[in-house]
Amino acid sequence: MTDSISRKNLKLARTLLLVAVAMFGFGYALVPIYDVLCEWKWIERDRPDDIKKVSESAHKVDVNREITVEFLTVLNESTPMEFYAEKKQIIVHPGEYHTVNFYAENKTNKEMKSRAIASFSPALISKYFEKIECFCFSEQTFKPRETKKMPMRFVINPEIPEQYKTITLSYTFFDNTER
Amino acid sequence: MSAVVDEHDHDHHADDHHDHGPDKGLLRWVITTNHKDIGTLYLLFALTMFFVGGSMAMVIRAELFEPGLQFVDPAFFNSMTTMHALVMVFGAVMPAFVGLANWQIPLMIGATDMALPRMNNMSFWMLVAGVLLLASTLFMEGGAPNGGWTLYPPLVLQPITVGKALPFAIFSVHLLGISSIMGAINIIATIFNMRAPAMKLMDMPLFVWTWLITAFLLIAVMPVFAGAVTMLLTDKFFHTSFFNAAGGGDPVLYEHIFWFFGHPEVYIMILPTFGVASTIIPVFARKPLFGYASMVWATASIAFLSFIVWAHHMFTVGMPIAGELYFMYATMIIAVPTGVKVFNWTATMWKGAMTFETPMLFSISFVVLFTLGGFTGLMMSIAPSDFQYHDTYFIVAHFHYTLVPASIFILMAAGYFWLPKWTGHMYNEKIGQLHFWLSVISVNILFFPQHFLGLAGMPRRIPDYAVQFADWNMISSVGGFIFGASQLLFLYIVIDTIRGGTGEKVSDEVWEDAGKHGLEWTLPSPVPYHTWTTPPLTVPTEHVLDSH
Repeated sequence: MTDSISRKNLKLARTLLLVAVAMFGFGYALVPIYDVLCEWKWIERDRPDDIKKVSESAHKVDVNREITVEFLTVLNESTPMEFYAEKKQIIVHPGEYHTVNFYAENKTNKEMKSRAIASFSPALISKYFEKIECFCFSEQTFKPRETKKMPMRFVINPEIPEQYKTITLSYTFFDNTER
Repeated sequence: MSAVVDEHDHDHHADDHHDHGPDKGLLRWVITTNHKDIGTLYLLFALTMFFVGGSMAMVIRAELFEPGLQFVDPAFFNSMTTMHALVMVFGAVMPAFVGLANWQIPLMIGATDMALPRMNNMSFWMLVAGVLLLASTLFMEGGAPNGGWTLYPPLVLQPITVGKALPFAIFSVHLLGISSIMGAINIIATIFNMRAPAMKLMDMPLFVWTWLITAFLLIAVMPVFAGAVTMLLTDKFFHTSFFNAAGGGDPVLYEHIFWFFGHPEVYIMILPTFGVASTIIPVFARKPLFGYASMVWATASIAFLSFIVWAHHMFTVGMPIAGELYFMYATMIIAVPTGVKVFNWTATMWKGAMTFETPMLFSISFVVLFTLGGFTGLMMSIAPSDFQYHDTYFIVAHFHYTLVPASIFILMAAGYFWLPKWTGHMYNEKIGQLHFWLSVISVNILFFPQHFLGLAGMPRRIPDYAVQFADWNMISSVGGFIFGASQLLFLYIVIDTIRGGTGEKVSDEVWEDAGKHGLEWTLPSPVPYHTWTTPPLTVPTEHVLDSH
């Protein structure tokens, strides 16, 4: 190998190494890019953190339609809590306001911070499910052995397409206590 | 980097003593910087891993022979599916192609060696370290990773599925990634800077072209995978929340990042396969490769498309309709350049004076069976149908058709094709043919019924199943056992050929008129330890005739 070729080889190798390092950075850049893309208007969003608080407004109640809303309560595997809804399901008219109480108990003798994450099935109806009050809007702090009654107030927007008859709403409590 | 500069001094030394051969003793294999030695190391390591990963597949097929739990517990079964995939992808198929690249690229382009020989040695030993680290997880408390080779969160982050193995698996992925990035840099530098002056880019054999493009894919996506697993690591141990819903993360994000790597990764395994097939078929059809230039462009287009179709692996995650449609159509477009390739291989054989030695048999069966795997891929690209196929045995059948009778068969073909050149000994053609026929029949008994199982709804990655799936599973397992046992014939042939084979002295060309097809056949057989110390003045251009 002559001098000039080994110099060329090293130069090329360095450039390619830089490309590899840049691609490692690109992997991390995908995290914010993903968030930005999911905010685009034409992409129908169905991510749990889209479920934001809305203020109570007057909807026309559509008494001709009935939608069954089912409630699932789940604990992420190591969360030491008891968590349940007062009702397994309710039948509502679109446009009608309802409040359902959820109960959660801290089973430990320490203060606990935990966060409930919601998810819907079918996923794409989340934008019609308007929540006025929910324990899932923020992290909850539980005193040792405390049981909390947590109301969730919601309305289903009457614009929800005809084909939806049943909505399943699932909450998962994650233990976020600092250790 | 200074190590490589030193290497250049060493090379002057080598030039002064043209005929000096390899060092004596076992240490030669540890410290070697010779591309042929390193190629041999890669190939033998890959062959070993092929049998290790294969044994894991045998465990899987034994457990699935009948419904119910017979031999292993479910967690270990899932470890086997996970480790089988990781070992086969990162330990067998990828290193085998790097081994072929090490042996063949310098021979085919008239270079003395790889561009960065010491880095070459380092990337091999890093691969060994990575695979050993991965294998060590088998003996850990809680067992090897068992959440699938894709390492999806939240599954892979839960203690119940990983035990202590996760950080080891992740560091192993880092090492394997660094190893393949170094290999890729080396290959690009060799192809760009070390070609014989007479060889223009569009004179290069297809194997060199496909590897050049594959190397760029590796540099682009291996770091992204390294990033994704690093995020898993920090989510698990340093309280970050990239994929942790409680902290505002999203597990679906992992799937996007993973498949941004994962889809190009499948082409990393198949593009060199295309290259070897494009090298072997013209020799035995005794015709130049049909459509050389279109082959090059098809390879480049497939590589480009591989970056923009990743989400077809995750149609069921709840993507927006616009996304489903985009990824569906983009995926279907890949069938076009792939179709060009299949057409060209067929047209190369058309009216050729074909003979059917073992490498050609494997290559022809590759064209047929890979196309079959491609068709099922096309079926799954249709987003609404994919909801039915997703995570069933149908996808298992699909990707095994594109990997086993494609990549693996072509690696076998490459072994039969070049072993006589490398060793100077002829392999036993009768046993080779027997190996081919046993393999090609059993591979279909093994994987074809899995299409039926998948369409009937059998999920993948389960140790037990409903009784209606029993018959086809039993047939599939029988095929699997025959296929596994047949590969011992290949092992025998490799060892036998290295030790003298049939005793028949092979000519420099080995195969009739091969000299017209590639530079390597103009060298003596066996290939001397140092080659092309003076670059060839002319290069064979028959394979590129129609583009000139």
